[in-house]
Amino acid sequence: MTGTATAEPIRIIGVGRTFGGAAGTVALEQVDLVVQEREFVCLLGASGCGKSTLLSLIADLDAPTTGTIDLGGRRTAVMFQDANLFPWLTVAGNIELALRFSGVPKADWSRRVTELLDVVRLPGAEKRRPHELSGGMRQRVALARSLAQEAEVLLMDEPFAALDAITRDALHGEIERIAEERRLTVIFVTHNVREAVRLGDRVIVMKPSPGRIVREERVPLPRPRRMEDPEVARRAGELHDELDLQAGGAR
Amino acid sequence: MSAVADRKAAPPTSTDARGRGALGSRLRGTVLPPLLAVVIALAIWQLLVVLEVKPAYVLPSPATVFGQLFTLLSDPTFLSGIVRTLSRGILGFLIALVIGTAIGLAVARSRFVRSAIGSLLTGLQTMPSIAWFPLAILLFQLSETAILFVLVLGAAPSIANGLIGGVDEVPPPLMRTARSLGGRGFGLILRVILPAALPAYLSGLKQGWAFAWRSLLAGELLVIIPNAASLGQLLQFYRELSNAPSLYATMIVILVVGMVVDQVFARITNGVRERRGLSALRN
Ligand SMILES: Nc1ncnc2c1ncn2[C@@H]1O[C@H](COP(=O)(O)OP(=O)(O)O)[C@@H](O)[C@H]1O
Ligand SMILES: [Mg+2]
Repeated sequence: MTGTATAEPIRIIGVGRTFGGAAGTVALEQVDLVVQEREFVCLLGASGCGKSTLLSLIADLDAPTTGTIDLGGRRTAVMFQDANLFPWLTVAGNIELALRFSGVPKADWSRRVTELLDVVRLPGAEKRRPHELSGGMRQRVALARSLAQEAEVLLMDEPFAALDAITRDALHGEIERIAEERRLTVIFVTHNVREAVRLGDRVIVMKPSPGRIVREERVPLPRPRRMEDPEVARRAGELHDELDLQAGGAR
Repeated sequence: MSAVADRKAAPPTSTDARGRGALGSRLRGTVLPPLLAVVIALAIWQLLVVLEVKPAYVLPSPATVFGQLFTLLSDPTFLSGIVRTLSRGILGFLIALVIGTAIGLAVARSRFVRSAIGSLLTGLQTMPSIAWFPLAILLFQLSETAILFVLVLGAAPSIANGLIGGVDEVPPPLMRTARSLGGRGFGLILRVILPAALPAYLSGLKQGWAFAWRSLLAGELLVIIPNAASLGQLLQFYRELSNAPSLYATMIVILVVGMVVDQVFARITNGVRERRGLSALRN
């Protein structure tokens, strides 16, 4: 909250995370990353390079083995590949639970739920149950539930990876619009090069064993962008070739 | 109860015609098979009677037994027997519910309690309830308390284990999501962990009832309390009098009570599952 006023960046300094003792898996090693206020950053890399681990550390769902993470007083909200909606609650109930956990007074819930469902373009879905929704609709509800926390930083872990291309493209547009409207800082994890270039102000390329940042690339293209834009495709192609070279035929 | 009501209220999504068709197939699916089974069982019974496999004073015909059942249902002693057995069952089950739930929560949430009594709970579940009666009678003499004691010991471990299993199996991604939404401590338990554990808890309750009902009838056969007619006691009584029709009629009542309660649990469970999109009826 104060972070917004001073616009201090998010600072990730010398972060490492090892699982299973000294001889265990080094999921992350010496990761340094500075994310500016309202920046849209994509973490890109093959599976196992520590993207999810890094996101969990930023979300404070896990603690680093070494290094520090300074969010400048900002709060975080997280979205995962699976919507993970609570199946015993309606759509409204899911969002209300987030409001409850965030300490929002009960009197405001109904108004906020309506507003949030408008934001994710699911008006009138309050009473529906998660299992009645399509994958894309579930992710919209999960997004609304994350937004309910009013966090300044939105962390997204491959949120659209399980969706079909058409639904995914639509949600790309939504997240771009919402991040702009709500003045969010977004850290978006993906293994899809095009998606990273489509969405990011900056693409951070990571590699596994040990998980680390190997490169970063600014994407100074105007918004709104589209997956099919030739410039998006060209930049994605370059990054892709380099990833393949670096992987050394590992795939 | 509310679960059942909700389920009834849900279907307006499907069209009327489809709703009626679904109702028809539901009748065919859920009413017809058990009805058929009962008819076949009665037919076999009647056949055995006709073949005189056993003399009629040991194996009366279905008609005799149901006639006797009809008579017994207007006999005050028999009715008070049903009421007494049922009230013992319900009281004991409620006590087991409270104790089992408290123990289940303690084990699920505390590593210490789990390693202290976790495996004991599973062990208790395998203990035949009848083996408790000598001890119960030693402790409480031939009394209501002795019966309740065994009943609770029979039912509480199932209830506790159902809850523990449910809590243990809350999917980790769901927990992670709940934490990322700011869920902590008691709010997390109340709003996420317990609702997620509900289906497993319900099957624990159902199993607990089955154990309670069995222990109860065993108890009523063994712990004879004067001037307190109960279904178990009546069974003994009819056997001593060689009153086979009444004996059979009593057993039918015991079976039917068990089935009715089982149906109540099944309906609640199905309601919960259906609202979560877990129902087998859907595909
Ligand atoms: N909880 C954990 N325990 C042990 N190893 C883990 C754990 N989480 C992640 N890892 C390991 O850390 C590495 C990075 O994992 P992850 O962050 O999930 O990668 P990504 O999200 O980029 O696919 C992998 O080798 C994975 O096996
Ligand atoms: Mg991952």
